[in-house]
Amino acid sequence: MAAKAADEQKKSQILAALEDQDTNVSIDDPLENTMVLNMGPQHPATHGVLRLLIKLDGETVVAAVPELGYLHRGYEKIAENGTYHEFIPHTDRLDYLSPISNNVAYVMAVEKLLGIDLPGRAKYIRVLVCEMARIASHLVAAGSMAMDVGALTVLLWTFREREKLLDIYDVLCGARFTTSYTRIGGLQQDWTPQCTAMLRTFLEEFGADLAEVETLLSTNRIFIDRCEGVGYISPADSIAWGLTGPNLRAAGIPRDLRRDVPYLVYNDLDFNVITLPESDALARFYVRIAEMKESARILRQALDRLPGGPFNAFAPKRVLPRKERTYTRMEELIHDFMLINLGIDPPVGEVYQGIESSKGELGFSIVSDGTGQPWRLKIRSPSTCNLSVLPIMLKGGMISDIVAVIGSIDPVMGEADK
Amino acid sequence: MNDLIMRRLQEECAASIERTEEFRGDLTVTVKKEEIVRVCQFLNRDQELAFDMLIDLFGVDRYRPEARFEVVYNLYSLKNKKYLRLKVRVEEETPVVPTVTGVWPAANWHERETFDMFGLKFAGHPDLRRLYMPEEFEYYPLRKDFPLMGIPDSIPLPRR
Repeated sequence: MAAKAADEQKKSQILAALEDQDTNVSIDDPLENTMVLNMGPQHPATHGVLRLLIKLDGETVVAAVPELGYLHRGYEKIAENGTYHEFIPHTDRLDYLSPISNNVAYVMAVEKLLGIDLPGRAKYIRVLVCEMARIASHLVAAGSMAMDVGALTVLLWTFREREKLLDIYDVLCGARFTTSYTRIGGLQQDWTPQCTAMLRTFLEEFGADLAEVETLLSTNRIFIDRCEGVGYISPADSIAWGLTGPNLRAAGIPRDLRRDVPYLVYNDLDFNVITLPESDALARFYVRIAEMKESARILRQALDRLPGGPFNAFAPKRVLPRKERTYTRMEELIHDFMLINLGIDPPVGEVYQGIESSKGELGFSIVSDGTGQPWRLKIRSPSTCNLSVLPIMLKGGMISDIVAVIGSIDPVMGEADK
Repeated sequence: MNDLIMRRLQEECAASIERTEEFRGDLTVTVKKEEIVRVCQFLNRDQELAFDMLIDLFGVDRYRPEARFEVVYNLYSLKNKKYLRLKVRVEEETPVVPTVTGVWPAANWHERETFDMFGLKFAGHPDLRRLYMPEEFEYYPLRKDFPLMGIPDSIPLPRR
């Protein structure tokens, strides 16, 4: 009897908690026969801390509302309160699956503001690290999407490949994840022959290893049934909602900033922009697989053409001097001191620089007031814009498709929440 | 290309433009606040310019007596492969800007973020809620008068 009363009390407690004012369900009046399901923020298939409120009619999704902000760290505010150099390590924490291309995107925006032109070697090294980051990120995207729909082996295999790339980062700059590799006007370390050797070995094996992954999935009945025709979005909607990257190219729109608004040395490299017309989860998966092969092509070309020479621009008042020179020469010591304490002296102005990162268009808008700290720095994060189409993709689908769709969008919440 | 954009804008909406400037090859056009939707519609629908993507939209707190805030629109044309920045100036006393969600739905979350961070309201926005901060939060963190360390007790903790 007492147990029953305790049960009743527990039940009413749960009901009270559900009606608590802190439970903030902002969905327009649910019908009688629909139910609202809360997914995340602690859910393994949401790739971090994405929270979804889903209105269900049986097993069909009637509406979905994404909620962001569980990983909001206020990076734009932090950027305003530090020098331009100090923000480079923070860019690692945006898209943590391809940190090195965030570093490149950020310093390119600052260099555009300053009007610095880089030596050829620095540009080629940046292309190398960006494409390595793209492969590393797409490997996780492919593996985790397969895991979301039930194929665990693929994740283990893609992570094995990714590990080899992270080892190259380790040799290159001393860190596997939080690389902070670029500097304004150049790089932290030079590309070494050891890196070349490691990357060549990786590229030799990569084709066969990727083919293994593909054979596991491309003829896999379960995988194709789970992904084909799921999460459709029309090409017109994709453009209007600002979708970028593989998600836009899977809708048949050949927008690739590497080709359209060329930066670094992508003009001189030969690669294809992969598009597929289907615009479903499967197409987005295949676009990523094909892009990895194109990135491997770019890496081979860039390795063959890698020029010698300096890897930092010659602009002593803007570019940090090499450490060994700081310790031995007066001029460099003064420049180092001024750059670290007061920062660079940019002109007054506003710039935007975007790059084609693995998730889409990653851009930084900088509003400069002429001091060593940015007045305003806006991160245009591709994951945020890609997530904003989730309600369109999910509407009318089945509840079990949700994880496949999220996996196919490939969001990284570090970037989406800033 | 910048000349073409300027020429077309001068032809169609000369009265709406306050000033234009070019920096590092990028064109920035400052537009009257009331006219922003009309200018955006023109830029979006014009066959020649065809700015069909809204890449970014964000606020800037200039922290000055008049026209304290700015809203910056970063447009991209798939046809011309070209960026264009539009800008409107917003007074602190009337922090309301017409929404451009009717032109590009992509503005939806960007405008929510700007509202969240600067307290600028977008008139006609379908769902103007905070994007990152909790609903109960009373402040606008990216305003220059909000301290970096935050304000103690500004976010209520869950009961118990």
